[in-house]
Amino acid sequence: MAKLPTPHELMASRKDFPAGSWLDVKPEFAPGSFCYPAKVETMERLHMPHPHEWDPAAEDWNLPDNWEKILCDAFEERLEKHRSLKLFMDICVRCGACADKCHFFLGTNDPKNMPVLRAELLRSLYRRDYTMLGKLLGVSVGARGWDKSVVKELFYYAYQCTECRRCSLFCPYGIDTAEITAIVRELLHEVGLGTHWIMDPVKNCSFTGNHLGIQPHSFVEIVEMLADDCETITGIRPKTPFNEKGHEILFITPSGDVFADPGIYTFMGYLLLFHELDLDYTFSTYASEGGNFGSFVSFNMAKKLNAKMYAEAERLGAKWILGGECGHMWRVVNQYMATYNGPAPSCMMDVPTSPITGTRFENAASTKMVHIAEFTADLIRNNKITLDPSRNDHIITTFHDSCNPARAMGLLEEPRYVLKAVCNNFVEMPENTIREQTFCCGSGSGLNTEEIMELRMRAGMPRGNALRYVQQKYDVNHMACVCAIDRATLTPLANYWAPGVTVSGLHELVGNALVMKGEQKRTMDLRQEDLPNVDPDEPEDDAEQGEE
Amino acid sequence: MIAALAMVALIGCIAWAGAAGGLAFLFSVVLPYVAVIIFVVGVIRRMVYWAKSPVPFRIPTTGGQEASLDFIKQEKWDCPCTTGQTVVRMLLEVLTFRSLFRNTHAEVLLNDPVNKGPRVVYYSSKWLWVFALLFHYCFLVVIIRHFRFFLDPVPACITWIETFDGLMQVGVPRFYVSGGLLLVALLFLLTRRLVNERVRYISLLNDYFPLLLLIGIVATGLCMRYFDKADIASVKVFIMGLVHLSPVSTAGLPSLFVVHLTFVCVLLLYFPFSKLMHMPGIFFSPTRNVPNDTRRVRHVNPWNPPKQFFTYAEYEDEYREFMAEAGLPLEKQPEKAAE
Amino acid sequence: MYNAKAVIVGAVIFAALFSSPFWLNVGKADYKRPDVVLPKNEKECVEPVEYMRAEHMALLNQWRDQALRNEKRVYVSSTGKEWTISLQNTCLKCHNDYANFCEKCHIANSVYPYCWTCHITPEGKK
Repeated sequence: MAKLPTPHELMASRKDFPAGSWLDVKPEFAPGSFCYPAKVETMERLHMPHPHEWDPAAEDWNLPDNWEKILCDAFEERLEKHRSLKLFMDICVRCGACADKCHFFLGTNDPKNMPVLRAELLRSLYRRDYTMLGKLLGVSVGARGWDKSVVKELFYYAYQCTECRRCSLFCPYGIDTAEITAIVRELLHEVGLGTHWIMDPVKNCSFTGNHLGIQPHSFVEIVEMLADDCETITGIRPKTPFNEKGHEILFITPSGDVFADPGIYTFMGYLLLFHELDLDYTFSTYASEGGNFGSFVSFNMAKKLNAKMYAEAERLGAKWILGGECGHMWRVVNQYMATYNGPAPSCMMDVPTSPITGTRFENAASTKMVHIAEFTADLIRNNKITLDPSRNDHIITTFHDSCNPARAMGLLEEPRYVLKAVCNNFVEMPENTIREQTFCCGSGSGLNTEEIMELRMRAGMPRGNALRYVQQKYDVNHMACVCAIDRATLTPLANYWAPGVTVSGLHELVGNALVMKGEQKRTMDLRQEDLPNVDPDEPEDDAEQGEE
Repeated sequence: MIAALAMVALIGCIAWAGAAGGLAFLFSVVLPYVAVIIFVVGVIRRMVYWAKSPVPFRIPTTGGQEASLDFIKQEKWDCPCTTGQTVVRMLLEVLTFRSLFRNTHAEVLLNDPVNKGPRVVYYSSKWLWVFALLFHYCFLVVIIRHFRFFLDPVPACITWIETFDGLMQVGVPRFYVSGGLLLVALLFLLTRRLVNERVRYISLLNDYFPLLLLIGIVATGLCMRYFDKADIASVKVFIMGLVHLSPVSTAGLPSLFVVHLTFVCVLLLYFPFSKLMHMPGIFFSPTRNVPNDTRRVRHVNPWNPPKQFFTYAEYEDEYREFMAEAGLPLEKQPEKAAE
Repeated sequence: MYNAKAVIVGAVIFAALFSSPFWLNVGKADYKRPDVVLPKNEKECVEPVEYMRAEHMALLNQWRDQALRNEKRVYVSSTGKEWTISLQNTCLKCHNDYANFCEKCHIANSVYPYCWTCHITPEGKK
């Protein structure tokens, strides 16, 4: 990775708007501005259309001969399938309210990163074929035909959008750029254009059960290791049930939590919590991926990867599914899952019900899938777990709302409720950067790849700035989140924009604060770092009494 | 901008010349009927065009806390979960421009003292909301007021609106606040398009044209009321002729009236083919007009493709040996599978 | 068509609203210009009839200002004729049938001037 400029240099180097009309200006495919293309064999194995070798930096992208017809037909098909697309193409008034809502625009000052103009790239093509004015007046009303440079432009900007939907919140008509970006990406896939960082996890998830391609035995091995670590810290080795039939709950979390630092600590939090509750649950190595990179490819690919959840719940006879902390996973689960692959298997209970508190999760009655923050908030509300928030006293935390739970689900208070119960020091970031107005980490929707690190730092600037602000003002040294991609991407982002802030999942902090029956005195947090203010040699209060 | 200005001016000149040159019948009778028919039919056709595509997925943009646990307060109007709540959300959107009200203005500071480096600061930015709301409501009031020309006797409710609108009793004929504010709002929207770098960059002919056309309509209207006054008794005779489908001649009416009428007709003609379709469009908006209840109630996609995925059986076939070694439960033991 | 019921209801409401000027008038007799009663004895007003139709309210305003604020009681018309500036004694002298002159046209066009908040309502006003 090339050395990054300083934050100040990065922001000072934002270019002015080009002098020419956006219809004439074309993007420059400089290294670092695009993701690497998907491998041919990956695309072939997934039966994607027109797999081919191509290089974004090259003049010729080796598109199939009839590429224009393919794209026109594909566009027509999408218009017939999605009312949203027709509507969003027709009703934008270009009021510009969305412009400075986009983190990519704020970070790059590239006008085509204004959501309105990103959509205009496609809208200009729509105008020529589907509107009277465009047919009659052509380019003077912003209509244009397909050509290869337009395809390149679509690719460039469809992969500089993280489908975070912040613009959609502010749009007076609710025009959702995520929908447009998703459909543009679908169109590009029709002519064999995809990115490695998305397609590789999709392939892995298709054939091994998770994005990282962890095979079943390795998956078990890693989880066992994490359970061993739990034992080192707490003296208790949590149980690790896999692929077992007849349990009430199937637990599915993004595989990043099993594999990547700091997600693994969140995973340890889950293990400890479930063990303490003696929860009747199982993991699955087959449905070992909560996330869904398919949703960054096409609706059908998202459906395909998602299908394993219900299939596995049915095979194992689970009554309901508990879902771990993940952003785009919950976009799919909350808004698409029941539609894609429902109705839920008949073995599942009518309304998912917490076996610990008896609370019925009516809001998940159809999908039968409950978010772990909802589950844990309910436990805390009903005093079913003992917590010692002082174990997190060495941190002053803030909370990053992930785009998808915030704007495609409305999961705002549950994680805060949990966080406040397990941490004594909680500070909110500025109000225009949290809750439904939250800013993306800058690397969502499959853009969390190394080759575009500078772009990611730019796109993450609003989030990084807000974090920096509370760091400087309130000595915040920690940021909690409920998203696996966030855990992976906010770490470099924090290092860049607010060095000294650590990032973790919510349940890592729950795991830290959880007082377990029969545990040893905690001297370390889940990262096996010494807890301050704890003298490891001084015996624990309970133990002391026991000895007397 | 210049092209749009030229187009509006050209339309005005043609109407003026037409009225003076004996084509008054074309501009004052044929055009209005054609315009009304194209407007109504055109708008409905586009609505049907939209409705021909299904809403495969339920994708509301949630603007607040979902309905989940009973001790967590739901933001009923920004994150509705029932039809009733969704209706309130839509009403807020349509009647008060709820989403635009959220508008902020972001400014990137390179050297902020708190951040000791770059920082984005967000300012509340309600001007667009204020003037957009002002424009739409004033336009509505002006349209309603024009019903005094369409109806006889004039209903009391229209008289009330007029009384209220002219409550300040400034000048004779009484100054209607709505008309003045309408012009101010339009000029704001136009100035904003020209002055704000971002909006200027995205603006097209199709953005300037309707704005300038509306300014033309309002300007000619104001002119006929306050400056070069038209005899409204004659105006009413003419308009009542139109709406009774027995048109009369425009004799006795100023050319300015024909220009005003022509502008209105052009607006109606332009409407169904342009961004002005946001008027019916907002009601179709899939991120606003459905409740956030997709986990509660299953939404059905009419073109849902068949399920095709790597099944557990295939998975076990692929990894059976490893799974057995790792002690994972299996559907078929390796020795059985080998048979 | 999907969601046909809602779309049809919406389309009907839209069409009904925007065609209301037409259907609200269905079955009603054709509109006639209000039949105002002109003064019987006088053929000439202070200014020509076209001017008076469009501008009478402005002229009345001007008269009010001149008479009450400037104490100027003589108006010289465009034809050079002099008139006494007075609502009661000049205007209403000829236009003495309030109900059939002023009010008839005003009501038809929904005009409610505030002359009579100060001036005594002329005869014929109900």
